[in-house]
Amino acid sequence: MQIPPQLMPEQDARERIHNVDEVPQGYTEELAKTEAIRCLQCKKAPCVAACPVEIDIPGFIKAIVDGDYRSSINILKETNILPAVCGRVCPQEEQCQRTCVVGKSRKSVEEAVQIGKLERFAADWEMEQGEAEVPEVKAATGKKVAIVGSGPAGLTVAADVRREGHDVTIFEALHKPGGVLIYGIPEFRLPKSIVMREVENLQKMGVEVKYNMVIGKIFSIEELLEEEGYDAVFVGTGAGLPLFMRIPGENLNGVYSANEYLTRANLMQAYSFPETDTPIARAKNVAVFGGGNVAMDSARTALRLGSENVYLVYRRSRTEMPARVEEVEHAEEEGVKFHLLQNPVRLLGDDNGWVKGVECIKMELGEPDDSGRRRPIPIKDSEFVIDVDICIVAIGNASNPLVPDTTPAIETNRWGNIIADEETLKTSMKGVFAGGDIVLGAATVILAMGHGRKAAMAINEYLESGAW
Amino acid sequence: MNKILEKEFITPEVFRMRVEAPEIARKRKAGQFIILRTCDEGERIPLTIADGNADGGWIELVVQIVGKTTKALSELEPDQGICDLVGPLGRPTHIELFGHVIIVGGGIGIAPSHPIAQAMKAAGNRVTSILGGRTKDLVIMEDKMAAASDAVVITTDDGSYGMKGLVTDAIQKMVDDGVKIDLVVAIGPPIMMKFVSLLTMKYEIPTLVSLNTIMVDGTGMCGACRVTVGDETKFVCVDGPEFDGHKVDFDEMMKRQRMYEAEEKESMDRYLK
Ligand SMILES: Cc1cc2nc3c(=O)[nH]c(=O)nc-3n(C[C@H](O)[C@H](O)[C@H](O)COP(=O)(O)OP(=O)(O)OC[C@H]3O[C@@H](n4cnc5c(N)ncnc54)[C@H](O)[C@@H]3O)c2cc1C
Ligand code: SF4
Ligand code: FES
Repeated sequence: MQIPPQLMPEQDARERIHNVDEVPQGYTEELAKTEAIRCLQCKKAPCVAACPVEIDIPGFIKAIVDGDYRSSINILKETNILPAVCGRVCPQEEQCQRTCVVGKSRKSVEEAVQIGKLERFAADWEMEQGEAEVPEVKAATGKKVAIVGSGPAGLTVAADVRREGHDVTIFEALHKPGGVLIYGIPEFRLPKSIVMREVENLQKMGVEVKYNMVIGKIFSIEELLEEEGYDAVFVGTGAGLPLFMRIPGENLNGVYSANEYLTRANLMQAYSFPETDTPIARAKNVAVFGGGNVAMDSARTALRLGSENVYLVYRRSRTEMPARVEEVEHAEEEGVKFHLLQNPVRLLGDDNGWVKGVECIKMELGEPDDSGRRRPIPIKDSEFVIDVDICIVAIGNASNPLVPDTTPAIETNRWGNIIADEETLKTSMKGVFAGGDIVLGAATVILAMGHGRKAAMAINEYLESGAW
Repeated sequence: MNKILEKEFITPEVFRMRVEAPEIARKRKAGQFIILRTCDEGERIPLTIADGNADGGWIELVVQIVGKTTKALSELEPDQGICDLVGPLGRPTHIELFGHVIIVGGGIGIAPSHPIAQAMKAAGNRVTSILGGRTKDLVIMEDKMAAASDAVVITTDDGSYGMKGLVTDAIQKMVDDGVKIDLVVAIGPPIMMKFVSLLTMKYEIPTLVSLNTIMVDGTGMCGACRVTVGDETKFVCVDGPEFDGHKVDFDEMMKRQRMYEAEEKESMDRYLK
């Protein structure tokens, strides 16, 4: 008999829109073991090659089958310092699980071994045991490394460089660590305590985190290297520059970038206003523009802030949505109303400068474009208006320009991304490495971590040999 | 944590606070600002740096009590700390030898105009400062501004001190008197900056204004601080805070500043209870 993929228990959709608690609640031991048995323990496991950090997937799953959860988490942590995060937010269906032999044999990705859920199980098991084991740190080398930005890229570099005995200081612009993991991805998808715990573990290893330090303002990269005594710098400043649609009315009150909306809700805890001080607009009708994870997170946050009608306006069709399937499903279950093949052309305001409506035009799909997705084309004279009180623009982020703008020696491409060598993540400036979204453009947590690992190896090598 | 070194009320609603911030004190330039949070549940608010001393390792803020955060800040005492303080943010004022520079400071805006006056003077400019307030008590820092300027003109709405009228009346008078003006830098309430800009536009006098919009991160990440300048949307925290006054859409900016009026009141009422 074939065992079907084990589903993870979830909070009921009607309940969960009234709280910010996590939606999927994790496997029980029994569910995890049943799922783990489904893995065929392939010799040449295609899933490993499809993982950006090449986790020994059959290895950690085997340990779950054996009930040896400690080994399981240790195997995960050999290549991935944030398994509790990745188990929750990685697009496994496009990576490891897409190649899984079990799924292939049943001709459905959905039938693949639920690698992500098992990863989360092992990581959560470790958290339940109390304090994590602090990795060993080699004898001090006297070398100093500065890491700019505490997102997943920066945190990964910190761990791997610190292990070699180098001094590591993370400079973070905000008052909390984690980058998008803290300010962007909502609590109901990634509890903040998980990220804080990982950062505390790094601190136990001796990594220093300095908050409220905007590099490019308080110190330039040159100053870090020449005056502050750092031997190498890693730039992991992310893709934190919100794009707007450049349509009339975008500066009306009630119009947010997704970054602002989510930052207020998550980092600044505006969902607890007035117990906390940061306000956020709450209203009945909300339109979100975009079709990615960021758009889903915004829409689902709006529901939790009490909005009755949340419209997700996306210019292509559902199949082209870049968001994870799971997130799209969650959003739909919770009552987000999808307006597909529609595009906003203008935002309408009232006399006080508040948005009151969005004029959209209907679209149809034409020939595929550069991205391989079919190009949306406006249908003439199909404009119509949706009444809204809040708009959230979630059409993407460009690279944060603060560091490149103040460091001409670091070359960027025409989108403002830092150019770095694919293998070593070296930039055009000696001693400076870069990785994550600042190099890739808005990408994923695991790709940022993959960059972090490679950069850390190259940094360790550079510090030892001195050769650039 | 940044330690508070001194606090002094200049008027019942305005206070000066000296805060320990050695790195910022070394790096800050005229026109830049900081963002602070008074406590863990606190919001992030931007405040322009009014003064600083690299050797002493401090910066000074001059703050008007307008809401809960500024009220809470005003209640902190020396030796207590400010939870988070980040800076220096924004682009510094472009300082060069322009000739005759008029610095217009309105109310609380006088404080941030002080370092600009100092820097303009140090660059060899002739500096005339126009300080405006509703009434005599609201014209702050006259001595300091006098020390940083070649001449000081005071205006009050009610005529209780200096010239009776608005700062624009003082500018108009200079123009009428044939005084050559090469640059105006105006910092104060948006409505004042708007009318200064309208006036100087008429006489084609280049004018810089310093905008104080709502902000969250201060690093260009959120867009809360956006304003329309000419045909473009700019982020005040990274592209500003200073812009060409003749191009700023002040009406839009003033509406945006009022976006959370109701919540701000709710927060303040709750705090005072
Ligand atoms: C709402 C949202 C949802 C997402 N959902 C998913 C998901 O489900 N799965 C997934 O894989 N990916 C997701 N992503 C993408 C993912 O979060 C990013 O790809 C990843 O966080 C990039 O990591 P990073 O380390 O490069 O940068 P970031 O996480 O962006 O971190 C950069 C850090 O650098 C700091 N910084 C910036 N400039 C400076 C400076 N000058 N000085 C000091 N510090 C600075 C920033 O404050 C920030 O903390 C999502 C992104 C968003 C916005
Ligand atoms: S491909 Fe699937 S079945 Fe094979 S090792 Fe990986 S997870 Fe197990
Ligand atoms: S305050 Fe967020 S971009 Fe300016």
